[in-house]
Amino acid sequence: MNLVINGQQKSVSEHIRTIEELMNELKLNPQLVIVEQNGQVIDKQSYSVAPVNEGDQLELVKFVGGG
Amino acid sequence: MHEPNYDSFKRYSRQILFQPIGKNGQEKLKEKHVLIIGAGALGSGCAEILARSGVGTLTIADRDYVEESNLQRQQLYTEEDASTSLPKAYAAEQRLKQINQSIEISGLVTDVTPEVLERFSDVDLIIDATDNFDTRLSINDFCQKQNIPWIYGACLGSYGISYNFIPGKTPCMSCLLEQIPLTGATCDSEGIIAPAVQMVTSIQTAEALKILTENWDSLRTTLLSFDLWNNERSEIDVSVLKTDSCLSCGANPDFPYLKYQHQTKAAVLCGRNTVQIRPGSPHQADLSHWESVFQGLGYNTRRNSYLLSVSLEKPYRLVCFLDGRVFIHGTNDIQKAKSIYYRFFGS
Ligand SMILES: [Zn+2]
Repeated sequence: MNLVINGQQKSVSEHIRTIEELMNELKLNPQLVIVEQNGQVIDKQSYSVAPVNEGDQLELVKFVGGG
Repeated sequence: MHEPNYDSFKRYSRQILFQPIGKNGQEKLKEKHVLIIGAGALGSGCAEILARSGVGTLTIADRDYVEESNLQRQQLYTEEDASTSLPKAYAAEQRLKQINQSIEISGLVTDVTPEVLERFSDVDLIIDATDNFDTRLSINDFCQKQNIPWIYGACLGSYGISYNFIPGKTPCMSCLLEQIPLTGATCDSEGIIAPAVQMVTSIQTAEALKILTENWDSLRTTLLSFDLWNNERSEIDVSVLKTDSCLSCGANPDFPYLKYQHQTKAAVLCGRNTVQIRPGSPHQADLSHWESVFQGLGYNTRRNSYLLSVSLEKPYRLVCFLDGRVFIHGTNDIQKAKSIYYRFFGS
């Protein structure tokens, strides 16, 4: 499946159905990531059900702690 | 010979020529007080830029001391600071005073607890340059309670992130993060490159200059992140995440992260293989007394005016600070660190 993630074309596994599965593939901790999908911020509670579709434009912003 | 007057507007002439700041903005900067929390990589960079810019009063607080591994990215410190284990807040104060003697600069060697924050209810802005979410969430609650803007910044590897938290306007950090991230999840095992630090400090201080000169319309409103190695950049408008039921910024705030518990507190220091133990009631430690105690027990010690370092059984080492805090180096395990602490400092 082809997605645009943070402005870059990315190809990810065809098995991915949801935002949560995408985060697992990208090794991101869902608790620390804010997701915008095609211009809409996704509610954290729905990461496990929110579908990911071919061609989606995703912005993934990850909170880190270091300073 | 021309005797420069370092308090004159001449030193700021290039900044005054920058039209959105101008002379008016420069005068505003002089009246403002900024608290910088953390004097590591981000804190060093932000403090230097704000001191050079002519912010009238700067306070920089930090709990750690300078080590050799800081020198690659923490721009205020020298090899000498590392070899003498100077507390960062103190070393930063000295260096910043050399850079700009016409402003008020003070360094505070302390852990920034809610109690310490209470002393700064009159600051105009807080810059977050900490390395942990415990402190950030208390900054967040404090700023909501006192109506102070604060600028989050963090970096890891080649990645950086920043957001302007403006009470009453933007969502707060509790709105964005539903619960405190596990410390382990944010500890850096990835390392860090200096350009990522500089990018975050540039973003933080640009926004700080807008806030301090009251150019509110120019303030960035998005959550911004970038990765300098992978050439990625992302911005999200997170305003929809502001939650009315939020306990920090909602209709009935309770400021949960300001509740200070009077008990010994232990915290793992990210990426340092170190645990900090903070005594329940802050007290001035008599370092020379402890030096003789540890020497009497047969341990090697090193002491300067601010801290005492004791080499214990390998791999452990402990460092006592004047404010009663103790670092146990050589472990990330809080229980192990506490058992070492109580062996020497009672219960
Ligand atoms: Zn909130």
